[in-house]
Amino acid sequence: MTESQKDFVQKRESIIIKGNVAAAYAAKSARVQVISAYPITPQTTVVEKISEFVDNGLMPGTEYIKMESEHSVFAAVIGASKAGTRTFTATSGQGIFYANEMIHWAAGARLPIVVAIASRGPAPPWNIWADFTDVISQRDTGWMSCFCSEHQEIYDEILMSYKVCEDHEILLPKFVSYGGFILSHTSKPVILEDQDLVDKFLPPLPSEEGWPHIWIDPKRPMMFGNLIMPSSFYYEFRLKIHDANIRAKEKIKKVAKEFEQTFGRNYGNGLIQEYKMDNAIVGVIIYGDLALQMEQAVDDLRDKGYKVGMVKLRHFRPFPTEDIIEVAKKVKVLGVIDRATAFGSQTGGPVSCEVKGALHETKGTATVLPVINGLGGREVTLEQQKNQLIKLVKYYETGEFPKDVIHGTLWDGLLEVE
Amino acid sequence: MLFMELSGMVYWRLNKYMVKLREALKSCQEEYFLPGNSCCAGCGLEIALRWAMKALGPNTALVTPASCLNVVVGLWPKTAPNFPFTNMAFAAGAAAATGMSAAFKAKAYRFPGSGWDEMTSLTFAGDGGTADIGIQGLSGAAERNSDQIYVCYDNEAYMNTGIQRSSSTPHGAWTTTTTKGKDRFKKNLPAIMAAHDMPYVATCSISEPLDLYDKFKKAKSIKGCRYIHIMAPCCTGWGFNSEDTIEIARLAVKTGSWILYEVENGIMTLSKASRLLLDPSKRTPLMDYLSKQKRFANISEKDLIELQEYLDHTWKRLEADLSCQDQYPK
Repeated sequence: MTESQKDFVQKRESIIIKGNVAAAYAAKSARVQVISAYPITPQTTVVEKISEFVDNGLMPGTEYIKMESEHSVFAAVIGASKAGTRTFTATSGQGIFYANEMIHWAAGARLPIVVAIASRGPAPPWNIWADFTDVISQRDTGWMSCFCSEHQEIYDEILMSYKVCEDHEILLPKFVSYGGFILSHTSKPVILEDQDLVDKFLPPLPSEEGWPHIWIDPKRPMMFGNLIMPSSFYYEFRLKIHDANIRAKEKIKKVAKEFEQTFGRNYGNGLIQEYKMDNAIVGVIIYGDLALQMEQAVDDLRDKGYKVGMVKLRHFRPFPTEDIIEVAKKVKVLGVIDRATAFGSQTGGPVSCEVKGALHETKGTATVLPVINGLGGREVTLEQQKNQLIKLVKYYETGEFPKDVIHGTLWDGLLEVE
Repeated sequence: MLFMELSGMVYWRLNKYMVKLREALKSCQEEYFLPGNSCCAGCGLEIALRWAMKALGPNTALVTPASCLNVVVGLWPKTAPNFPFTNMAFAAGAAAATGMSAAFKAKAYRFPGSGWDEMTSLTFAGDGGTADIGIQGLSGAAERNSDQIYVCYDNEAYMNTGIQRSSSTPHGAWTTTTTKGKDRFKKNLPAIMAAHDMPYVATCSISEPLDLYDKFKKAKSIKGCRYIHIMAPCCTGWGFNSEDTIEIARLAVKTGSWILYEVENGIMTLSKASRLLLDPSKRTPLMDYLSKQKRFANISEKDLIELQEYLDHTWKRLEADLSCQDQYPK
């Protein structure tokens, strides 16, 4: 952030709110027309806040359906979005899994639904704390997926997401996720933008005709989703979902730039956000709330003379392959820190697998060391993160993997057992 | 004198019937479920949807969860329905229609005067999509009084996947998963829906198209969540000749196996075709209905007796319910 931008930000009023409340305010600012939701910890305060808004007449014209399950929640937003309205919901962990069928459906129908996810660990045993395995498990549904690392970013990203999703060249749904409790239930100052300015950045849906590819209109009767033979266009439709995801990268970058111009807050290039990566020898790729704390760890180690830097991964889908390749050219060792699991995969961590895949063609750049930490909300302290960086530096210096590596991955912060 | 009076009554009744028929036929010229669809010859569903749409008219957005209706509309990109039609996941019919109905309200707010408030959200689901996998979503929609008409076209098994038992399959019936006849009885879904205190619940049969037409007209005029259950025999799954569909559906009503009624705000009224059957002697013998269907060809004597007892019991209970109801403050 430049000095002029800092001034710009400080002039605005902010209120101290929970991450979930920031998500609710974003839905309000975005003038969402249909919301359907079902309570699940740690998402609950989103639906509570929206109820408060709706009951007090602060969201005029918004239909809010209190559903009986997440499967129905997603079915309802699909129905509403198909009819050409801006829709929103929020859920977590088990709710995502229960709605999985409809999550595929939304992407197949190419509906620009935006969903806030307060991520939590999958059961059993029951877990309600930060772990991105829930949202990452939806990797292959066709949804775009991004992570927020702070409260303001939740509000901002939801606004940006609508702009990307509703673009007629894209038309895909998107998850905006943030760590359960760590962001959802802690409070920090968040700037809520003037409605006029938000309307300028994200205008209410302009026409009653609905989306260009799908609509409900008795004057233009349309069949949606009937059976299609293998010899017909199913295969091509699937390709188009992938194509839209890839093309969305440019759109995300464009919208991030536009957002910065309008509101003065910078989120890197939209896909990734580098932090002190110039002249770094060791870097880490990290996402979600831990990325914010990692900035502090990088600062502290930089003060001690370590040449370390970090990259905040903002988007998981579409995956910023090109950016990751460029980042990997800057450093010798690249740690990839997951707060999620991909059991039985090459590294055990979903993002580290992706990074390894992205770098496959680019030999001679950084060596990747996968790290997993903080599963199911296990605390990851600043000291621990500094140690992770030091381990990576040592690996660079000695060429030896840390001793506690399991199957090629550093599972950091395991309990000591005899 | 008596003769005159009687003949006058008959004439009056006939006349009333004719007027209604004429009116119905006039407003029924428009076809919404077009010929050339992929229904089996003699499909009960086709008749049900055709007449339902005639009553509901063009401002109707239909959602259908997985069922025969997904397939009989034709293969993409061809299609038979001449109105907005959405295929939906199996458990998601009522919820998707809820979302649509909310969207119509939101659009009516945003674009006033453009007719969005005149839209009817309609779910058209099979008995599996209603009584089994879809019951949670349906119950939720009913409890919220979501503004939609939910229709179950009941062919008493999973016909689209190849005649597997559903909770709506009757006792003793053969299906590919009840090869010795189903041991349990048919789930009484209209009663379950009526227990939700919905504004309108009705049962129909494709053998009584005017009754069906009237009930849909009435449902359309009511706001909130409305439930209509249509008996729609399946010649393929039940094992009868395709030209006998109406006859079989009529026998289901005449034997008292399928009871036609309406429940408006908790008050039940038997429809004309079923009203007379409160007198057991007016009921056609059950065997007349069962013997025409191959699915009951190997029904055991025990199952047969149980089925008859169940039918008698159902009517006795109905009679008791109706007589209690007479004492309700109107």
